[in-house]
Amino acid sequence: MSRLHDMGGRFGDGAVVPDAPDAPVFATDWHARALAVTLACGALGKWNIDVSRHARERLSPKDYTRYSYYEKWISALADLLVETGVLTRKDLEGQGEMGLGEDELHALASKALKAEAVAAVLAKGGPANRDSDVSARFAPGDWVKTRHPGGSALMNGGHTRLPDYAAGARGRVHLLHGAHVLPDSNAHGLGEAPEPLYAVAFNASELWAHPEHPNDQVVLDLWQSYLEPEAQA
Amino acid sequence: MPHDHSDHPHAVLPSDPALRVKALETILTRKGLIDPAALDEIIDTYQNKIGPQNGARVVARAWADPDFKAALLADADPVLAELGYYGRQGEHMVVVENTAQQHNMVVCTLCSCYPWPLLGIPPGWYKSDAYRARAVREPRKVLADFGVTLPSETAVRVWDSTAEVRYLVLPMRPEGSDGLDADALAALVSRDSMIGTALASKPLGGGDPS
Repeated sequence: MSRLHDMGGRFGDGAVVPDAPDAPVFATDWHARALAVTLACGALGKWNIDVSRHARERLSPKDYTRYSYYEKWISALADLLVETGVLTRKDLEGQGEMGLGEDELHALASKALKAEAVAAVLAKGGPANRDSDVSARFAPGDWVKTRHPGGSALMNGGHTRLPDYAAGARGRVHLLHGAHVLPDSNAHGLGEAPEPLYAVAFNASELWAHPEHPNDQVVLDLWQSYLEPEAQA
Repeated sequence: MPHDHSDHPHAVLPSDPALRVKALETILTRKGLIDPAALDEIIDTYQNKIGPQNGARVVARAWADPDFKAALLADADPVLAELGYYGRQGEHMVVVENTAQQHNMVVCTLCSCYPWPLLGIPPGWYKSDAYRARAVREPRKVLADFGVTLPSETAVRVWDSTAEVRYLVLPMRPEGSDGLDADALAALVSRDSMIGTALASKPLGGGDPS
């Protein structure tokens, strides 16, 4: 079983409603603040992108369903700040040290993202490719089969980027992207464990009981440990 | 462990999301963990500086310059870096070309992965449950929600962004766009056409009247 975020293929969500052509980037001011606070806290260096994604996925199913997009962000951020010891529950309740009016600088304050550093930090990004001693087992054109059952092989209920809808499916390697950090490991503090990453193409008929069109395909980026060789399909 | 718990710390913050953000921002600011001026800078960047106009320039140039297009499709990263379109959420780019035989469309079923340096922050619909759930299973019905109908000889390839690789669709150059300069071409390239939920616009007043 997976978590609610793993919704590819799900039925019942209704129509996609395109935004108006002149819709603002942020529908409301707090959306912008939520994004900015989340990015700024990343600079504190207490977690990586896989940890933060998993924090959103770990919201309870009830919260994941009822929260809007940026509510998920801000709520998962609050959880992460406490889990990593940056803040305490009392801080969140407004009963921490600063609650008495004494604003004490945090030990991590020197890491806070400064306005003048923002452009450079955003421009620098966070590439996920790494040198790896895991050699590529597959080449473009090879048939492969994804792991089944899906889910994280490293941890029960852990983070993975193998969607449930593509577990146990046969596809064909389209591209080799090089070696990338393995989220299943990196999300849990188990190291970056880089390994080859592939774009794998699946026929729609392999994934869905009622594909829309015989020639349609879905391509997913999948790590080598998600894949097994498949002689023929 | 995955840290599943029933008493998530966020629950002690105000439940109204605007107040929740404000409370967290206030606490973090008082402790010196965030700088409000840095937040303003981040917001200004994605509200005013980085957006789909970047991607549109790339598409327009690819339409006009076959060598550029070939390099872009073969290995986008160095080409985009040279243009200054590198950065957070665009560290590993792949550009996929639409043709009469194949239409490409991008989704992130697991979260909301999107090529920020080229398209900015994703629109609401891209992050919606309906798009995330349906794009992989019934892309043609999703395209119909956008008013797009593809001929049956065109195959659809949906790219589910499950890693740190980000995908940009190179839409087909519309008929009647011969002779247009780079700015006029870029004006035909909507954000949605670079996600694959729209086609590039036809030039007003020109081209094939059909």
